[in-house]
Amino acid sequence: METSFAWLEIFLNASFWVAAVRIATPLIFGTLGEVICERAGVLNLGIEGIMTIGAMVGWMAVYQGAGLWSGVLLAAVCGGVFGLLHAMLTVPLGLSQHVTGIGITLLATSLSSYVYRLILPEVSSPPRIQAFEPLEIPGLSSIPIIGEALFKQTPLTYFAFISVVVVAYVLYRTPVGLAVQMVGENPAAAEAQGLNVTIIRTGAVVCGSAFMAVGGAFLTMSAFNAFFFNMINGRGWICIALVVFASWRPGKALLGALLFAAFDAYQMRLQQLVGAEIPYQIFLMMPYVLSILALIVMSRRVGYPQALMIPYRKGER
Amino acid sequence: MRLEPRTKVPFVLVILAPIAAIAASFVLCAGLVAWSGASVLEAYGLLLKGALGSGFALSETFARATPLIFTGLAAAIAFKSRFWNIGAEGQLYAGALIITVLGTGMLDLHPGLMIPILVVTSAVAGALMLLGPVLLKIHFGVDEVVTTLLLNFIVLLLVSLLLEGPLKDPMGLGWPQAEPVIEAAELPRLFQGLRLHSGLLLALLFSVIFWIVSIRTTLGYEMRAVGFNQKAARFAGMPVKRVMIITALISGGIAGIAGFSEVAGMKGNLTLDLSPGFGYTGIVVAMLAQLHPLGVIISASFVASIFVGADAMSRSAGVPSYIADVMVSVSLLCMLVSVLLVRFRIRWS
Repeated sequence: METSFAWLEIFLNASFWVAAVRIATPLIFGTLGEVICERAGVLNLGIEGIMTIGAMVGWMAVYQGAGLWSGVLLAAVCGGVFGLLHAMLTVPLGLSQHVTGIGITLLATSLSSYVYRLILPEVSSPPRIQAFEPLEIPGLSSIPIIGEALFKQTPLTYFAFISVVVVAYVLYRTPVGLAVQMVGENPAAAEAQGLNVTIIRTGAVVCGSAFMAVGGAFLTMSAFNAFFFNMINGRGWICIALVVFASWRPGKALLGALLFAAFDAYQMRLQQLVGAEIPYQIFLMMPYVLSILALIVMSRRVGYPQALMIPYRKGER
Repeated sequence: MRLEPRTKVPFVLVILAPIAAIAASFVLCAGLVAWSGASVLEAYGLLLKGALGSGFALSETFARATPLIFTGLAAAIAFKSRFWNIGAEGQLYAGALIITVLGTGMLDLHPGLMIPILVVTSAVAGALMLLGPVLLKIHFGVDEVVTTLLLNFIVLLLVSLLLEGPLKDPMGLGWPQAEPVIEAAELPRLFQGLRLHSGLLLALLFSVIFWIVSIRTTLGYEMRAVGFNQKAARFAGMPVKRVMIITALISGGIAGIAGFSEVAGMKGNLTLDLSPGFGYTGIVVAMLAQLHPLGVIISASFVASIFVGADAMSRSAGVPSYIADVMVSVSLLCMLVSVLLVRFRIRWS
């Protein structure tokens, strides 16, 4: 009897919820960033590469002696630069968002590897840094089961939660946010209102890309404390699926990322439980399979931004 | 700023576009090369020599180009119909997987029969990988970019599972690798002592076949029409969905054959590092070729020469070999811009 309920007991373990929130953090940043880009009408497939460059730059800055928050800031700036490149190619020039995005991912990923190798030519095992420590919020963190998960995390996780609230507020309650939504739904109408579609879309992509890069930086500065090649490992693509799952809403993006991460944390523990009976690769496949399933389930009722992936050229109908 | 379509595009510009893009990428990457402390001109010289400087170098370059022709063709075919197949990597491994199952002893026929059977089965495996994404796109509107990308990860994990399980080579000293394919399944080498193999001829053959299909057949015409304007194609009575499915199957099939060519011609067995991103690089190859099936041959050779040359340059000048990936991705972005400048004129007003 003791083992038969072990798969349920996982949920009662505080460390499971802590892991779920930790796994969710980079996904929250990535999904939020992609929501901002796509709300303005620009699909950003550069996400995988931008997360990689954020992970590398943030880590490298700290490794070279910078402070942790300067590392995060530098990662965000680098992400923004790649976002700007993506925006310049897809917004005023109107190039294919699919191909440009893949190009940005290839460029940012290879540039991360190149710069890493250039600065550290001889290292075989990746060096570690003194990363963010968990920040305990007194009182709240002693709530059973979920207390530690929500109130004993590293500062970047709190930053992710705050970002969701801020982005949701800006998107729905401020003129800037409404302008972003408008250029994503009907750029011609936005132009008629006197809004500059090019500048708003570019700004949204830069800002969204900065969030993605911070998501990448979380991995090297709060989770693994070192940089590995291929460490993003498809997280960016999963974020793209989560955006659809979240119907392009920041709040739902948070929910989707948490659900997804809880599932991921659960399968890791289940894997230890069943041991060698099922090959571990089956478990590792689950996040990708789940993302595809989420896309299929949500496809029936997608309310995607009407002008998504459609370049806007003034005077063209 | 506004973009004004050119009414007539001079052919010279079409030819010049990729050359300009490549030149631009060399210039843009010069800073990165210089950062490593190497002399830029010397490093580029070493790159050129390493890629084209000897018979051995040429063999390596064209051996590297072979899978890129297949994956480049796969991307070109799909992109022409605006079907964004980013899953050539997974399709390549699917092809390699089926070849490993059939070619390591299950089938033992005369090579004249064996090789065609393996080509067809690897193509079927690659095509089946794309059947799901194309049906999801047509029936549910699920974006094929995300599904094909995610499938890459799933297939690679499947390969890893099988290489550590049923397909593991008992003689492999514990490494996750499959048994080598039997002699009848091997693609013969073209020259004594060099790695260049007859997979290259197969790749050239498929490029020519597809070029003829695209300019001389109804299917080729329909594929272009669907890519150019789906609505118009539908109004013209074309079976848009069927054309999309056929396009996807051909694209996936060709990528699957790349897996066969790599296992049977180059490596001899299936490992987890069979492809260092050939599927993704294929996208660059296709774009540099402006999606032209014969252009793919030239652009694949160019991209392969960068990779092979950069390896040599990395050994002798100390520039990390990742510079090749950077140069190739920069040339993709430059190519997108230069094609745009060929089609449009920029008016500052």
